[in-house]
Amino acid sequence: MTTHKRSFTTALWDFFCSLKLSISLLIGLALTSIIGTIIKQNASMDEYQHYYSDSTIRIFNSLGFFDMYHSWWFILLLYLLTVNLVACSIKRLPRVWKMIAEPTLVMDEGLEKSLSLTHEFKLAGDAATLRDKLTAFLSQEFAPPVITEVDGEYHLFAQKARWCRLGVYVVHLSIIIIFIGAIIGSTFGAKGFVQITEGQSVGSFVDRYTGKTVDLGYTLALRQFEVEYYPSGAPKEYRSFLTVLENGQPVPGLIDRKIIVNDPLTYKGITFYQSSYGTIHQLTMRDRKGGAPYKIEAADKEPVSLPGGGFAVIAESVPDVSPYMPGFTGPAVKVVLEERNGTQQSLILLQNNPQFDLQRGGAQIFTYDGKTKYFTGLQVAKDPGVWVVWLGCALMVIGICMAFFMSHRRVWARISKGQVVLGGTASKNQPGFQLHFDELADKLKKL
Amino acid sequence: METHNLINPLFSSKLFNITTICYFAAMVIFFIYLANRNRGVGLAASITAYAGFVVQTVAIGLRWQESYQLGVGHAPLSNLYESVVFFSWSIILMFAIVDLKLKYRVVGAFVVPFALLGMVWAQLKLDTGAIEPLVPALQSNWLLYHVITCFLGYAAFAVACGVSIMYLIKAKQEEAAGNASAGGVVAMFPSTRVLDDLNYKAIMVGFPLLTIGIITGAAWANYAWGTYWSWDPKETWSLIVWFVYAAFLHARFTRGWVGRPAAILSITGFIFTIFCYLGVNLLLSGLHSYGG
Repeated sequence: MTTHKRSFTTALWDFFCSLKLSISLLIGLALTSIIGTIIKQNASMDEYQHYYSDSTIRIFNSLGFFDMYHSWWFILLLYLLTVNLVACSIKRLPRVWKMIAEPTLVMDEGLEKSLSLTHEFKLAGDAATLRDKLTAFLSQEFAPPVITEVDGEYHLFAQKARWCRLGVYVVHLSIIIIFIGAIIGSTFGAKGFVQITEGQSVGSFVDRYTGKTVDLGYTLALRQFEVEYYPSGAPKEYRSFLTVLENGQPVPGLIDRKIIVNDPLTYKGITFYQSSYGTIHQLTMRDRKGGAPYKIEAADKEPVSLPGGGFAVIAESVPDVSPYMPGFTGPAVKVVLEERNGTQQSLILLQNNPQFDLQRGGAQIFTYDGKTKYFTGLQVAKDPGVWVVWLGCALMVIGICMAFFMSHRRVWARISKGQVVLGGTASKNQPGFQLHFDELADKLKKL
Repeated sequence: METHNLINPLFSSKLFNITTICYFAAMVIFFIYLANRNRGVGLAASITAYAGFVVQTVAIGLRWQESYQLGVGHAPLSNLYESVVFFSWSIILMFAIVDLKLKYRVVGAFVVPFALLGMVWAQLKLDTGAIEPLVPALQSNWLLYHVITCFLGYAAFAVACGVSIMYLIKAKQEEAAGNASAGGVVAMFPSTRVLDDLNYKAIMVGFPLLTIGIITGAAWANYAWGTYWSWDPKETWSLIVWFVYAAFLHARFTRGWVGRPAAILSITGFIFTIFCYLGVNLLLSGLHSYGG
């Protein structure tokens, strides 16, 4: 029973240590990841119903395809990969560590035979003289050697870049650190969006994932928003001028700070990114029969309720109407009116032609007075794990460079009276090391 | 006023045409080299390719300068046309390393066509003329680091793919010839052992570059949007490519995965790379719609 048990744990351990599992997981992750790039992620049910049949939606939903990168099976694959690389590292690291910490100092015959690079020389002098000569030579040409004496023979061992053998494990560790950073971010962080109209401020935002309101602990006020255009009409820069207020008092250094795309504002661990903008339009509604005009302020696509019931939505706004309505110029809006009984009608309002809506013949007459204010849209992010992720990324690059571009080079010398045997090996790029080794041997001959 | 002609936007475009012709000529000469195995022909093929490379370098530099003359100064890496040109340039750069440092000139016959394909597509099908000002999202130094590392990585994978195609042809010929050294075009190829090693070496260069490319992309996304990873199709595809080459690197240490399977994995990796580069922009939607 116990042997069966042990063999099962051994089998499980071997399974997790195997490179075949690593390769399968990597290819599995690659192939499954494709799904989420073809099926739109986290879209609304309405949108899915537009593309797929109900039965397809049910299948996709049960398989987690609509949010596949957070589905249980994708996370499981990532966990398996983590366990796999930890197990591989635990299995192989001790041997590698031993090679680094306790190098083979003596080149016996067995080792000599296993080395592809060896040279034998006859040199004048007794063993001690040759030992000193070679020590000085290796120190200058390669690396300072460690000297061991065995039966009147001297053994020299010198090495370079032994730490590069750890490169692979540094990469494995870096992946785990990146995962930890990501978990810290998703546990303690929050992501959201705020919209601030010029002259107004916000003190909280709604976390996109949990739906909870996160208190900023201060308020953020927008004085002004600007858009600058290239001569061609393409946007050049979006600017928000923001002030951070603590208990109503502006924080020095964060008064009227300009933020643009690619230059965010960070305060107390929360960062605000320029993301979008919009305009607030002013409309005036008058009764055809006369009476006081009623002013309406509304952003694009934001429904505003009207006196006497019903809603108005600015469906679209353009700075110049002439391409759409030849003969007319200037700013225009398209407004959708929804009356109390649900009937809809859309109307065009032109800033330069206040009389335009008269022709419609409605009971109310609307005019467009132009845009009054901008509002800015800011992405909000609080991610305490991001520095852990960057640490992991830096380690990954260092580890990959150690593993790919550095080579652990070792040279041994066995010295007896009048004779020296030189042996060498490299963990990578053996042909390149051979050139260096042959050069070393040539110089040694002339010593 | 003489110098003013030099910065005419048409001038760099003309130079790109010369580049395309050079790469086409280089490809033809490489094919002749495969057939007649004359060292002089091989040298001529390389020199033709490098002549094209020099002209292309000058043209990219001029286009960069032109953008400053137009007052919208930015590196010529901001749209599909410019990125394809830079990709093609990177491929020849990577070939030059294989040719001059590792001395395997014949690889050019299978690598230069990729660069040529890029240039032909850019010159014939893509809009060349306008140097557009940068939209706010692209106005960052990260653009330079991110795009350059990614494309150098892609170019290394192109070399690996070319070498892998050679491997499969050579291995098949050797199999058919029953271990006797195969004659004909394949005789010029390095041994399968060398080709396998070159494939590995090219990916060893490409993988770190792709890794840095993904990291700089994440750093930029975090700086611009506050999220270093959002599973956007472009991000995801770059990770898919990374997974494939990571699998390749681990396969090196597993018996039975060297040689043919490695070559197939390398070619698959490059097909995925091209999809990550072009397919995502042309077929899928996402944040990364600039053409790079």
